Amino acid sequence: MLTSKTPTSTNEKRNVGKILIDFVKHFFERHVIQTKKTRTTTLHDGASITKPFSYAGIYLVVLLALTYYFWDLIVVTYFNVTPFELFVRRIPNFTNIVSKMISDFNLPYLPQIISPLVDTIQMAILGTFIGAILALPVAFFASQNLVKSKIVTNLIKLILSFVRTIPTLVYAAILAFAFGYGTTVGVIATAIFTFGILTKMLYEVIETLDLGAFVAVESTGATKTKAFIASIVPQIMGTFVSFTLYSFEINIRSSAILGYVGAGGIGILLDDHMTWREYGHLGVILAVLLIVVFIIENISRFIRKKMS
Amino acid sequence: MNQEVLLMYEKRPKTFVKNLILILFFSIVIVWSTQTMKFNGLNPSGIVISKSILDALAKPNLAWLLNFGTGTSIPRLMLETVAMAFLGTILGAILAVPFAFLSARNITGKVASFLGNTVIGMIRTFPIFILGLMFIRVTGPGPLAGVLTIGISSIGMISKLYVEIIEDIDNGIILALDATGANSFQRIRYGIIPQLTPNFISTAIYRFEINVRNATILSLVGAGGIGFTLTAALAVYRWTDAAAALWGIVIVVLLIEVISNKIRSSLVSGE
Repeated sequence: MLTSKTPTSTNEKRNVGKILIDFVKHFFERHVIQTKKTRTTTLHDGASITKPFSYAGIYLVVLLALTYYFWDLIVVTYFNVTPFELFVRRIPNFTNIVSKMISDFNLPYLPQIISPLVDTIQMAILGTFIGAILALPVAFFASQNLVKSKIVTNLIKLILSFVRTIPTLVYAAILAFAFGYGTTVGVIATAIFTFGILTKMLYEVIETLDLGAFVAVESTGATKTKAFIASIVPQIMGTFVSFTLYSFEINIRSSAILGYVGAGGIGILLDDHMTWREYGHLGVILAVLLIVVFIIENISRFIRKKMS
Repeated sequence: MNQEVLLMYEKRPKTFVKNLILILFFSIVIVWSTQTMKFNGLNPSGIVISKSILDALAKPNLAWLLNFGTGTSIPRLMLETVAMAFLGTILGAILAVPFAFLSARNITGKVASFLGNTVIGMIRTFPIFILGLMFIRVTGPGPLAGVLTIGISSIGMISKLYVEIIEDIDNGIILALDATGANSFQRIRYGIIPQLTPNFISTAIYRFEINVRNATILSLVGAGGIGFTLTAALAVYRWTDAAAALWGIVIVVLLIEVISNKIRSSLVSGE
């Protein structure tokens, strides 16, 4: 039985291999190399259709190659050192934390987290507000259609890109040197982050604005500033408030981890309970955080709806 | 003429009360939140330190920044960071697909979509550091913990955006295919997948940008990547080293933003 089965299975294997190679070859010719011949299909009546050149296949090959390379770099390297059994054996460490968060849920702990929670919320509100106030004028100066000098707008945009690349947490870590640990650092870091993303979102909207109204008001004899207030500001206010609320939602989420580098608020507690393995306490904080984010999201969505 | 203008002016939308209420509401909230600023004045040594950090940014440790060899050079650490973000994004983008289909209202109905959206909201709110520390208990410190953390934490935002894409599917195309006699498989292959793929990929690339940033900070808890090197250098006051790491982050993140914008705009234009 066994001897008769072996050759057929290798045959099958060879066939599968051949089909696979054929498939890859076909895919490469059709989607990656894409000569004019491989893109052209001839119909019954002799007419031929040529597909436009597409990058999809090339992107896919690059994606697969990168995935393979990174997989090798991280996952294969990891399992060269760590036995797979050890990894499997330690999976319950993860699930235990989740189940302990629920089973040890420490409700009497709730009153103690109110004060740091309020700190976190205040930090996010104030940071968002400061960032938003600063973002509005800078966004105007970064808009190509309002400022005619390309050098100014591009320079501001370049600086903004730099501001945005540095993670909020790094800002907080650096600011902590100057201001000492506390919520002040959190407020400033949040403000910088809000400023960065809000300015970008705003100038992208302003650049698509219809300037007809601005020109019309100007033609009635109004000064540039007056025309600006009468025509551009009303167009942008709704979007501005809506974007600000949106970044406030992001800030509430991220302010929870800002405490990690000593920026005050609820993040410090999260860190402590994780270190001391007090998962019941952790569960309470996470549940409260979830509720707060849910409420704030709904308030913000309500206001955004009212605004538009 | 003048009369008409005045009449229209009288009829303008009166939003004064609404605006006043909104402004009052915002002012009260903002004033209330200023309580949190317990400003104790600048730390005098802090000013000196801030100045040295800014000075160091102009002259980072170039030997370290441009050392492409193995070991703990900046390019190597940035490669690890990008690799974490990349694999994590792929993991998250794939895991988000079933979540999104289960939470899309036009596919599973009201109850299931509410439950699904609740789960998505929970994942979105779960602090990434806590998730990272939980995975480190499984894998030990290192970049694999980062990959898993980024993967799971990405599910939230990616599936939220996927849900919006799925709920926007144009049913007309599917009906048209139905009319030509296409079977279920063909309807999915030619009617649904082409509608979803470009937007799904665009979403994943967008999240990849965010994940590169997340990967840089995740290493603060020991999940691989460059952030730990940066904060360690800050902690021992080695400003030029910290500046080198910071420049590494800035260059890579900017590069990825440019590439991602290119790919995403070509996806939207339908190439």
